[in-house]
Amino acid sequence: MNKILITSLISLMLVSGASADTDGQNTMSKKSPGKVRDCFESLNRATFSLNQGLDKVIFKPVAKSYRSLPSSVRTGTSNALINISSLITIPNNILQGEFKTAGINTGRFVVNTTIGIIGIFDVAEKMGFSEYEKEDYGQTLGKWGVGAGCYVVLPVLGPSTVRDTVGSFINVLGGDPYYNASTHGNNEYLSDSIYMTTKVLSGVDFRAKNLESIDNLEKNSLDFYASVRSLYLQDRQQKIANSNPTIEIMYEGDWEEVESQ
Amino acid sequence: MLKKKILLLITFLIISFLNITKVYSIGPDTFVQSTVNRAAKTLGGNLTKDERVEKLKDIAKDTVDIRAIGFYSLGSYRKNLSNKEMKKYQEVFAEYFLKSFSSRLAEYSNPEIEVVSKKKINENYTIVFSKLVATETRPEVKIDWRVYTKNPDNLLIRDLIIEGLSLARTQKEEFSSIISSSDGDINALIKNLEDFVTK
Repeated sequence: MNKILITSLISLMLVSGASADTDGQNTMSKKSPGKVRDCFESLNRATFSLNQGLDKVIFKPVAKSYRSLPSSVRTGTSNALINISSLITIPNNILQGEFKTAGINTGRFVVNTTIGIIGIFDVAEKMGFSEYEKEDYGQTLGKWGVGAGCYVVLPVLGPSTVRDTVGSFINVLGGDPYYNASTHGNNEYLSDSIYMTTKVLSGVDFRAKNLESIDNLEKNSLDFYASVRSLYLQDRQQKIANSNPTIEIMYEGDWEEVESQ
Repeated sequence: MLKKKILLLITFLIISFLNITKVYSIGPDTFVQSTVNRAAKTLGGNLTKDERVEKLKDIAKDTVDIRAIGFYSLGSYRKNLSNKEMKKYQEVFAEYFLKSFSSRLAEYSNPEIEVVSKKKINENYTIVFSKLVATETRPEVKIDWRVYTKNPDNLLIRDLIIEGLSLARTQKEEFSSIISSSDGDINALIKNLEDFVTK
């Protein structure tokens, strides 16, 4: 039943994404970075306000408490969460044709899960493995040339696009080995609740790392919603490009026009 | 004969002056490092928050191309502005920028930024790559600086790109959102900027 519901939702989103894509403004694939339309802006702004309320009451206080934990505990937790994320990164490396990176990430995962005790210690980094970069199904779809579709703000989860939301659904449709092992695996160590705890902890860890920067951004923004949207879309664009972000997102044309003023 | 001597003297003085300016012009990486050092000295000193803010504003006036960032932030709307509107916008934008810039930075105490390398994009721009050194509460952050190099004797910062996210672009999209939600009326943006400056 759940799968039917999820498949229906994905179909609906792909359809709305496809129709929104026809005006040519909302392509954010590697081939043609450009504008992503905010088709549901009123609804998105309402959801954004709801998320801000939840953040104020729940997430921010929890993140502050988490920050008061010893640095070694936070680093270990963060390392373990990053290690788990490689279970999504590795299949996406392969789907993007990055076989060498997939091999390196697999090696990193094996080393950190075993010698690094379920990823708490990033032994691989000390052994000289190259810098780890997360990949997900939204990025893979973008790399394959799928347009971003409209910008959406999801309750609790925050900013996304139709394509990235579809990418997230792929995780629960079999694309995330950790989810599969937690929900369908017959083992005594993992369960639905452990999976959910991991996801919540990832959110808290992210919020705790960005306490000051988010506060600062909110305080100095004229339109906080628009700032967050811009930052999210820039971030996704550079992650899909998988190359030196600074040079690629320069939009030289915009700056050259300033010259002629 | 005297005329010739005076002419030679003037020529000599001009050449000497040109040489002096050339000797003293610095590379974009050195420029960024010295700007960062100035800011770090201000943030690390025993100043009150208001004093810090004023010092940071002075640094921004010397090193940031506020006028160009103002133009850039308007995006395509800049083409529709009358001279009067543009003048009003530029005035309030400069105040907004200085307040926002100094307020963002004043929160940090003793930031340690190291310039790593640089890359010349074209005749007008060089990107200087740097990193904000990690602390107990914050991981290492990559900060890249878009430096306007058209006049080598007057280098100016036009954008900060933090972990690949351009602050100028974010500001431009924020401004665009405000203007478009008011049916393209620039006065809505000016009102927002004025409110920010006076709050």
